[in-house]
Amino acid sequence: MGSPLNAGVQPQEQFKSIEQQHEAATQGMWIFLATEILFFGGIFLAYFIYRRSYSIGFERMSEMLDSFLGTLNTAILLTSSLTMALSVRAVQLEKKGSLILFLVLTLIFGVAFLTIKGFEYSEDFKNKLVLGPSFPFHGLEAVHMEMFLLIYYVMTLIHAVHLLVGICLVSLMVVKTVRSRCLPALYSPIEVIGLYWHFVDVVWLFLYPLLYLAGRPHI
Amino acid sequence: MRSSHDYLNSDVTIRSWLCTRDHKRIALLYLISITLFFFIGGAAAAIIRLNLMTPSGGLVSAETYNRLFTMHGVIMVWFFLIPSIPTVLGNFLVPLMIGAKDLAFPRLNLLSWYIYILGGSFTFAAIVAGGVDTGWTFYTPYSTAFSSSFVLLTAAGVFITGFSSILTGLNFIVTIHRMRAPGLTWFRLPIFIWSMWATSVIMVLATPVLAITLLLMAVERVFKVGIFDPALGGDPLLFQHLFWFYSHPAVYIMILPGMGVVSEIICCFARKRIFGYAFVALSSVAIAVIGFFVWGHHMFVSGQSAYAGVVFSFLSFLVSVPSAIKVFNWTATLYKGNIQLRTPMVYALGFIGLFTVGGLTGLFLAVLAVDVHVHDTYFVIAHFHFIMVGGMVSAYLGGIHFWWPKITGKIYPEKWGIAAALLLFFGFNLTFFPQFILGYLGMPRRYHSYPPEFQIYHVMSTLGSSILGLGYLLPFSYLLWSLRFGKDAGPNDWNASGLEWKTSSPPPPHNFESTPLVTQEAYDYGKSS
Repeated sequence: MGSPLNAGVQPQEQFKSIEQQHEAATQGMWIFLATEILFFGGIFLAYFIYRRSYSIGFERMSEMLDSFLGTLNTAILLTSSLTMALSVRAVQLEKKGSLILFLVLTLIFGVAFLTIKGFEYSEDFKNKLVLGPSFPFHGLEAVHMEMFLLIYYVMTLIHAVHLLVGICLVSLMVVKTVRSRCLPALYSPIEVIGLYWHFVDVVWLFLYPLLYLAGRPHI
Repeated sequence: MRSSHDYLNSDVTIRSWLCTRDHKRIALLYLISITLFFFIGGAAAAIIRLNLMTPSGGLVSAETYNRLFTMHGVIMVWFFLIPSIPTVLGNFLVPLMIGAKDLAFPRLNLLSWYIYILGGSFTFAAIVAGGVDTGWTFYTPYSTAFSSSFVLLTAAGVFITGFSSILTGLNFIVTIHRMRAPGLTWFRLPIFIWSMWATSVIMVLATPVLAITLLLMAVERVFKVGIFDPALGGDPLLFQHLFWFYSHPAVYIMILPGMGVVSEIICCFARKRIFGYAFVALSSVAIAVIGFFVWGHHMFVSGQSAYAGVVFSFLSFLVSVPSAIKVFNWTATLYKGNIQLRTPMVYALGFIGLFTVGGLTGLFLAVLAVDVHVHDTYFVIAHFHFIMVGGMVSAYLGGIHFWWPKITGKIYPEKWGIAAALLLFFGFNLTFFPQFILGYLGMPRRYHSYPPEFQIYHVMSTLGSSILGLGYLLPFSYLLWSLRFGKDAGPNDWNASGLEWKTSSPPPPHNFESTPLVTQEAYDYGKSS
């Protein structure tokens, strides 16, 4: 993949050719994503087990989340994956202007997602959806509801941290693109960051139905 | 003759070491740090053994005792055994053995070391602050609801260090796939590389599960919301499933690299090609794969379903098959070999014996009914110490001796080397063999005092451990001595095969004057099996 695109770019000293460097970078990212899948896997497992055992509590809590903001964020993040894919396309075609445009758009969508998520968290707090002694519900079911809420916070916060890392990486690419005199040198990093970005997006595609739609079977 | 331009003397400032991207220097950074942790963990073990000299356990309080064995476990597992061979010998040898200039991601490699140091500092801070008493397994709900020790700080250290492991594994896999010298096909690779590859796969796929498990445990401890605590609607079995999904494969992180080292040493000092190359190579992969599906054998008496118990028991028997293949093939390699009993070879032969005992007693434990009797006793302790100390630490020291001339360019005193290896073998057996009997008689693990009839075995074990301690101090001393006073090593004093011996000792910063071309299979020692 991409061998003619990198023509004329010098590899780092440990590599013999730029193709070798590109293959190593891509493979490294795929392996990292495998690690990430197992990382999220543990908490998904916890979710599935307790969703099965405590479905009523889970669904009641899920209903209280703001599904409008969740849906809006899903749309935003999906669009950001489109612009990310277009960025990879732009660097392949060596079009600097559209590369900057698509990277910045990706960045805007990413930041928008986090802003909305932050707004949603503050709404959650206002509705007293907080862990610990001030949790507003009581009784056996409340324990299960609180467990759902814990999983919700842990999952979405881990996801947000991943997205924040992605935003930092894309920002770095914007700076590098603006300064770049040799666009093909950016092909590898942008493709690798793209893989990461899509992964973060895919994780959200699982989180969205599990967290926001669990209590809404008839939407 | 020491070449004037090698990786050790090309730049000698402290900054050049702390900012190095050279895999060989990073290996040495790891060597120094894990040695430090080894002696801290060893000191804890020494106090434990001294305390158990008398049935009433008068040396330390029960409270302190719990913190000591936890500290011993946490440090030895995560800060010594898991990084030991991969980060020291693996870092040093993987690029050399495949004819590459460096690992695929040198900066990431340095980052791994810093992450390790950061994680180590957290755990070390927890120890200084007062330690943790949950056992290295952090079982819930004790760790989340009851323990008043420094659980979070310790777990944070382990969590952070995990990423160092993951990044090392990632780096090795990519390097082995992408950076091999021309002509070095997969089935010409040294067995050590196969074992590092299999180990890396486990590091990459198992470690993240530990990370999320510890994270969930920490969240439960802080917010008192149930994930694992049954009083809060959680399930402690879920913790055990997640924990052992990492921690059982992790015991293969702690033995596969040792098997790789032993394969190298045996071929060199039997002057023979390894018997059944493909079987030895692929059995590492088989162990890595099957090793992911045996975690439930830690939970036979935890309330897991009987059907799950049967399946996990069967799979645990299955994972012993590739391990046995290795032992048989090493033995067959020795057969009619031209055996030279040099220091690394003494360690390697010790490894085979001790690993075999450790492995076979593992089969006892995989039997459901027998496990009910010996679960959580000293039988289990003896079993895994035979694998991890008798096996992995022997292999680690054997490897350090084997490649010491390559790493440092110096030769250690051979007689001291053999004496230490024999002392360790003797001390090890005296320490841990009585523990099989103790466990079978019913002495539970993690107890600070015990009935007087067990004392004789505990005294034997403690005596053995002091010999073992002496055995570890010996190589530490004469290897350091050799740095200053040892004779200079040639490029290949063992007459070993393998690309790492085709460059000078110590190697130049970029390993080879020109990229080597490989035209032969590994272990070209003239005699074939």
